[in-house]
Amino acid sequence: MSENVTFHFDVDGENFSSAGEASVLVKKKLRQLGISPEIIRRVSIAMYEGEINMVIHAEGGSADVTVTDKEVAIVLSDRGPGIPDVSLAMQEGYSTARDNIRALGFGAGMGLPNMKKYTDSMEIETKLGVGTTITMKVKLS
Amino acid sequence: MRNYRHSVSLDISKCKGCTTCLKRCPTEAIRIRDGHAQINSDRCIDCGECIKVCPHKAKRAVHDSLKDMKNYTVTVALPAPALYGQFNNLTNIDYIIDGLGKVGFDYVFEVACAAEMVSAYTRTYLGRDGVSKPVISSACPVITRMIGMNFPYLADHIMPLLPPVEIAAKLARDAAAREHPELSPTEIGVFLISPCPAKVSYVKNGFAGDKNNIDRVISVRDVYFALLDVMKNGSIPEGTSSAGMIGIGWATTGGESSAVFNDRYLAADGIENCIRVLEQIDNEDFTDLDFIELNACSGGCVGGAMTVANPYIAGARLGSLKRYLPVSPNRPADGDIPDYCFSDGEVHYDGGYTLSSDRNEAMRMMSEIESITAGLPGIDCGSCGAPTCEAFAEDIVKNETNADECTIIMRELFHECIERRRKELLSEKIGSSKPKNGAEVDSKK
Ligand SMILES: Nc1ncnc2c1ncn2[C@@H]1O[C@H](COP(=O)(O)OP(=O)(O)OP(=O)(O)O)[C@@H](O)[C@H]1O
Ligand code: SF4
Ligand SMILES: [Mg+2]
Repeated sequence: MSENVTFHFDVDGENFSSAGEASVLVKKKLRQLGISPEIIRRVSIAMYEGEINMVIHAEGGSADVTVTDKEVAIVLSDRGPGIPDVSLAMQEGYSTARDNIRALGFGAGMGLPNMKKYTDSMEIETKLGVGTTITMKVKLS
Repeated sequence: MRNYRHSVSLDISKCKGCTTCLKRCPTEAIRIRDGHAQINSDRCIDCGECIKVCPHKAKRAVHDSLKDMKNYTVTVALPAPALYGQFNNLTNIDYIIDGLGKVGFDYVFEVACAAEMVSAYTRTYLGRDGVSKPVISSACPVITRMIGMNFPYLADHIMPLLPPVEIAAKLARDAAAREHPELSPTEIGVFLISPCPAKVSYVKNGFAGDKNNIDRVISVRDVYFALLDVMKNGSIPEGTSSAGMIGIGWATTGGESSAVFNDRYLAADGIENCIRVLEQIDNEDFTDLDFIELNACSGGCVGGAMTVANPYIAGARLGSLKRYLPVSPNRPADGDIPDYCFSDGEVHYDGGYTLSSDRNEAMRMMSEIESITAGLPGIDCGSCGAPTCEAFAEDIVKNETNADECTIIMRELFHECIERRRKELLSEKIGSSKPKNGAEVDSKK
């Protein structure tokens, strides 16, 4: 039985220019653990999308990534506005991003669909006015 | 990659063990041990950043010398276009071509000419079906090595064509061999005049595989000084340059990508910027981009660690040198890519950062690193000899250093000791309480 490793990151919602950095750090850690490039890419894309969402839609939050011998679990939690209609938000192309965010290249409405696509499981818990917690898992084999 | 032959090396006698290079190494390959720097060969990508920043000139690029010409019957010079930007008041590249003859080279083949061919082939390649876009330039060896170490997923985005230096070498060697059928290949010496240590190690490690045609790599700097001596008098030069605007443009950032002739490209320079770009294209699908040019050096190859002039000044000089040149006189008649232009050497992920090949062991080490890091000051001061507190924790776990190298923690311990001792002395003086340990004997006296 091997130990689990957890990494915790605070995702700053004030500082847009630092968005995406936690996923770079996670990538570095996974490389150190000798995880395969394919898995690293899936985890880092899912994490990146989730991280960006917390910054642009929820004023930041936190990310906890746990690596076990079977999987990588990513828990993203924020105290943002919540998602009123999850199945709508999950649709490709659906986005409420404002114009200034779109000007930066975000807001294609592909983040949540990508998170689902690149992970083996994804659960969204959300409550209006309270926040959103997204748990994603990627199996190691 | 084991037994990697590096160009970047250290002169221990000059190294003061300051932490300048430690902090600037993009792959965290440097540690300070026993008062001087050490370079971890598995991680060094020969970018030359430490050479550029070392205040004591203790880091240098090891390369061949002009004297090595004597080992060959016939010699060919391959000047990189960055060389042309080194000279003040140079009005015509012909003086350089002529000077290279005076320095002793029998033939000159300009890398810029091969670069124009590569530009044409790049356009063809980008037009093919099934190419993974964006295509990443293969010209800067620092970038291709960085991708191999860190971005395995991007490896198949690297353009599979040989870089201009290699194509120049092949064409130059073939031409020399045609002129001199009597010579064996070892009697022809092909000398690359390189702006950077990365190209030295590219050649020394045989990255072009069987297609390596470069025998020696000498520095732009050495050639610059040799040329200054022979270029003094303003006679009419005999040699003539045949490079065009596009070829010379390759020496500065944006030159290679502007020759793609569309606006779906990105050009970046400076190793830190390049790493950020790679991180981002690794995560996102940049399908709207066709081409990515990344130069490890600020300004492009004119910023290489084996050059003399400031990169931006050199860039401006190149701008005026190429102003009245034809656009691309060396473009091939058709864009079909000949077989010899494809590279054999694929980029492979070498997992250089993996803690242990055994996953359980790696996990155990990682937990230990995390818990040690949590107890460190987190100011990344570098005085322990590692670039960051976290790298220090990793070194401790790998048994490469020990915890008391942290001067901040040591200082705290030291203060605690002093404080304790001071209190002890104080209480001895007042005699109000007994000193704690081992002092009983004394007090009974
Ligand atoms: N953490 C969150 N808190 C609140 N709303 C969210 C959150 N994440 C996503 N949403 C909502 O779901 C929508 C769809 O998200 P998705 O990531 O798919 O697209 P996007 O972020 O708008 O654009 P893209 O990710 O392509 O840049 C968002 O526009 C937003 O309304
Ligand atoms: S940018 Fe040019 S000079 Fe600098 S390392 Fe890369 S190839 Fe060498
Ligand atoms: Mg999104």
